[in-house]
Amino acid sequence: MLSRTADNLYWIARYMERAETTARLLEVGARIALMPSAGHGYRNEWDSLLRASGTAAGFAQKYGDPVQRNIESYLFFDRDNPSSVASCIERARENARIVRTALTTQVWDALNTAYQEMRQLERTARSELELTQITEWTMRQAAMMRGAIDATMLRNDGYDFLGLGYALERADSTARLMDVKYYVLLPRVDFVGSGLDNYQWQTLLRAMSAHRAFHWAYGGDITAGKIAHFLILNPQCPRSLVTATSAAMGHLDRLARGYGHHTSAQQRSHAMLAALMETTVEDIFDEGLHDFLSRFVREVGELTVLVHDAYLSGEAR
Amino acid sequence: MILNVSHTTTYNYDAPMRGAVQSLRLFPSRFDGQKVLDWRVEVEGGLCGGSFRDGAGDRVEGWSVRGPLTQVVVRVAGQVETADLAGLLRGHREQVPPMAYLCETLPTRAEPVLVDLARSVPVSADLLDLAHRLADAVGAAIVYRPGVTHAHTTAAEALTLGEGVCQDHAHALIACARVLDLPARYVSGYLSATSDGIAHEAAHAWAEIHVAGLGWVGFDAANGCCPDDRYIRLASGQDAREAAPIRGIAQGIGVERLDVAVAVDAAQQ
Amino acid sequence: MATEYFNEMYEAGAVRAPYARLEDWTRAMPAEFRQMKQAEAEALFRRIGITFAVYGEGGDPDRLIPFDMFPRVFTQSEWRRLERGVKQRARALNAFLLDVYGRGEIIRAGRIPARLVYQNEAYERAAAGFIPPRGVYSHIVGVDLVRTGPDDFFVLEDNCRTPSGVSYMLENREIMMRMFPALFRENRIEPVDGYPDLLRRTLASVAPAKCGGEPTVVILTPGHFNSAYYEHSFLADLMGVELVEGADLFVEGGFVWMRTTEGPKRVDVIYRRIDDAFLDPLCFRPESMLGVPGLMDVYRSGGVTICSAPGSGVADDKAIYTYVPEMIRFYLGEEPVLQNVPTWQCGRTDDLKYVVENLCDLVVKEVHGSGGYGMLVGPRSTSEQIEGFRARLLADPGNYIAQPTLALSTTPTFVNEGIAPRHVDLRPYCLVGERVELVPGGLTRVALTEGSLVVNSSQGGGVKDTWVLAE
Repeated sequence: MLSRTADNLYWIARYMERAETTARLLEVGARIALMPSAGHGYRNEWDSLLRASGTAAGFAQKYGDPVQRNIESYLFFDRDNPSSVASCIERARENARIVRTALTTQVWDALNTAYQEMRQLERTARSELELTQITEWTMRQAAMMRGAIDATMLRNDGYDFLGLGYALERADSTARLMDVKYYVLLPRVDFVGSGLDNYQWQTLLRAMSAHRAFHWAYGGDITAGKIAHFLILNPQCPRSLVTATSAAMGHLDRLARGYGHHTSAQQRSHAMLAALMETTVEDIFDEGLHDFLSRFVREVGELTVLVHDAYLSGEAR
Repeated sequence: MILNVSHTTTYNYDAPMRGAVQSLRLFPSRFDGQKVLDWRVEVEGGLCGGSFRDGAGDRVEGWSVRGPLTQVVVRVAGQVETADLAGLLRGHREQVPPMAYLCETLPTRAEPVLVDLARSVPVSADLLDLAHRLADAVGAAIVYRPGVTHAHTTAAEALTLGEGVCQDHAHALIACARVLDLPARYVSGYLSATSDGIAHEAAHAWAEIHVAGLGWVGFDAANGCCPDDRYIRLASGQDAREAAPIRGIAQGIGVERLDVAVAVDAAQQ
Repeated sequence: MATEYFNEMYEAGAVRAPYARLEDWTRAMPAEFRQMKQAEAEALFRRIGITFAVYGEGGDPDRLIPFDMFPRVFTQSEWRRLERGVKQRARALNAFLLDVYGRGEIIRAGRIPARLVYQNEAYERAAAGFIPPRGVYSHIVGVDLVRTGPDDFFVLEDNCRTPSGVSYMLENREIMMRMFPALFRENRIEPVDGYPDLLRRTLASVAPAKCGGEPTVVILTPGHFNSAYYEHSFLADLMGVELVEGADLFVEGGFVWMRTTEGPKRVDVIYRRIDDAFLDPLCFRPESMLGVPGLMDVYRSGGVTICSAPGSGVADDKAIYTYVPEMIRFYLGEEPVLQNVPTWQCGRTDDLKYVVENLCDLVVKEVHGSGGYGMLVGPRSTSEQIEGFRARLLADPGNYIAQPTLALSTTPTFVNEGIAPRHVDLRPYCLVGERVELVPGGLTRVALTEGSLVVNSSQGGGVKDTWVLAE
């Protein structure tokens, strides 16, 4: 497969995953806005959401103070925001158009339909659009896309590059989301375990669409330890770091087998997964959650570079 | 005369480049006035690709260098035995018809100053004579002076300025010849020394004009003569860019700096 | 007005044989059904992704080319004659190209003026003296034909570089078969779906001698912003070859390689859909980002085949066009099967005089123009338009040719009011490699505006499925 084609496939997946992440953030923000204590904390909350999506600076430049309506526009519709749902879907669709023939009709259909409907949404008067409507719409499109990929794509190298894109984007976004929560909302250790803390952690779970799953898996009170375990170390959680890392490794293994050629990206993914498997929640808190997450984000970044060099750049010999 | 050539071209980049590709026309033409005794072309650390003789009779060789690189060095060394044919390109095999050299290019566009200069030359039925007069007129109109023009100066600009180097003389002569419907082209090569024996920049360029009945004839307007046994002919084209002995491209964002060292000396006999 | 034109379905009030069954089909079709089908067709096109961008226009980049469901039909015997004529032309054009980049016999023989060839801006000095594999320069020849009577076909122009539109020929058929399977059971229609495979075999047959084993063929596209990108990717997919951009290729060691996830892979044949000028920045335009540096060196030293060969454009120039019948006689020793449209070269004093005096009756085109731009259709222009054009013509007469306004045939076409005759042309795609092949069909373009003779998609033209009936 052409390196450029692999690169396009990889980015289709990354953009779709990113669109979904942004939509989840919006949903959480909207939920908090419905809480009675919307005040100082509410604004902080939006701020942290903007941080989590890496768009805080861009937003501040364009709008200044976080006001919900502006945030909705910025995170959903704004083409100036490269992580907005509209930007992501448009770029995913453009990448797909370029490699149209590497996708099945169903996958193209799912993505093209998402794009056409999004253009429809853009033409709809904002007063007629509920926020939940557009966030749910986004998650539905993302799910249809993944469903089409799973159900119809040949399990060839193209499938693996899509899978790699999803896995690496997810690993990165889960870690960042946790890190922002931790870093912004728990600046002092004595906050941990307080009521505020619990509430914020719940928000975090919602952002991952994981609060119900969490209760099923753990039961009882929400504690920082349980959440860290769930989002980092639990292989049952679809968005956990261990799940994402393991998915990336699986795809890299398949590529190496298919091409009959091992890569340092593959080695690195094995090392990352092995390290996660041996880690306990206590280890993570000993290291410091923020330090652990920063390290993980850096490692994912390094793995991304290795994947790029091995397959996507076209420079490998 | 036997001429020794040593020609090193060095491209330096201020940032690592992904790779470089070159198309070299660095081989002495095959005609009655030149015989190669020894000739080597090498791009340091490069890989030689395809080699062929093009429609104009020039030998071309493709080279590539894998990156990352910060320098590309092209080395030419050899010995050529030359004869004085009074500028005639006798015995040269080529397939492009002379008429294909009547189209103008950007640097040889027939601006009014060039048309005026071409028309100022007395009309002559003797085309060779006419070509000589054109060359003389260009030589007189553009005084040799390095540093005032650059690689992209057009013939009209140099003529308006009244100063320039061999490239400008050649471009101006080509433009004038085409105004009079004489096919003309640019030739790049080497020159060992001027007639007064003073050494100078040995990488050189001149023009060829097609004279019906005689074929292609060289005219070095810069030096007011026709190429003789002090000249080595390498490649031709519509203008300087097309006749360039080295065409290359390096991929990357680095800024290029070019260094050229050429020495062409008559061998002791 | 309409009676002046040859109607391919009705002649003297009676239905012509090839359209016999279509008469019943349309009669039995209620208007609502037709509208439903039309919407279905459009949805199918959009879904598949066939859209095109119009050069120099803003607006929707995902515009659909209008598709007319009323097919255009040829009988087997009509087609056989067209086929003979198109193949003859393709062979002659290739013989011409090989000749003018070689010894130029046709010029030495005084049959074509030397200046027209060697001073032509499409004449490529970088191609001189090169004999491509099998001596073929133009591997896909698109011949634009118009009809004025039952047996009168004229060649409007030849396309020797990279004629586009073949994806519409294939898709139009696909969509018609999906929507009206019964029609295909009732009429025995020659298939066109073998085209991609024939194209692949044609391209593989001109692989360079250095290629051992099964040749690797690729399609080189300027990129996804190009208006024909859909066609490029569609053909690549149907042929099972990679669709590459310039940056996907590089040269090394006398060969061309593509960058793949498994490392460099050698490429033997490049079906390029970019112009000569952009192929290689070392040889042509130095600023081109679309091409591959060093490609021409590899090509000339026999490391790769480029289809069509650089320099092929000199054969489809509108000034050279006049001489194609002469080429057929000179190289093939045959009489042309298909006629040329009488053409006046405005560069010639006598011709120019005639053209200037008769502008209101003539079609005047730029020698290097395409896409229906920069042309004057005399009978359909206002006097201001004609005067404006006259000034441009006189300023640079050598840049124009003129032809009589042809009475283009019409075929029935679905329009808002029902069914009405609209003018059509035809572009069959002739493949030249080891053999000369032509699939039975082509692209019929239709001028959807009533009375219009301009069929270009960029100027409100649509397309139709083109049938050749089996015997």
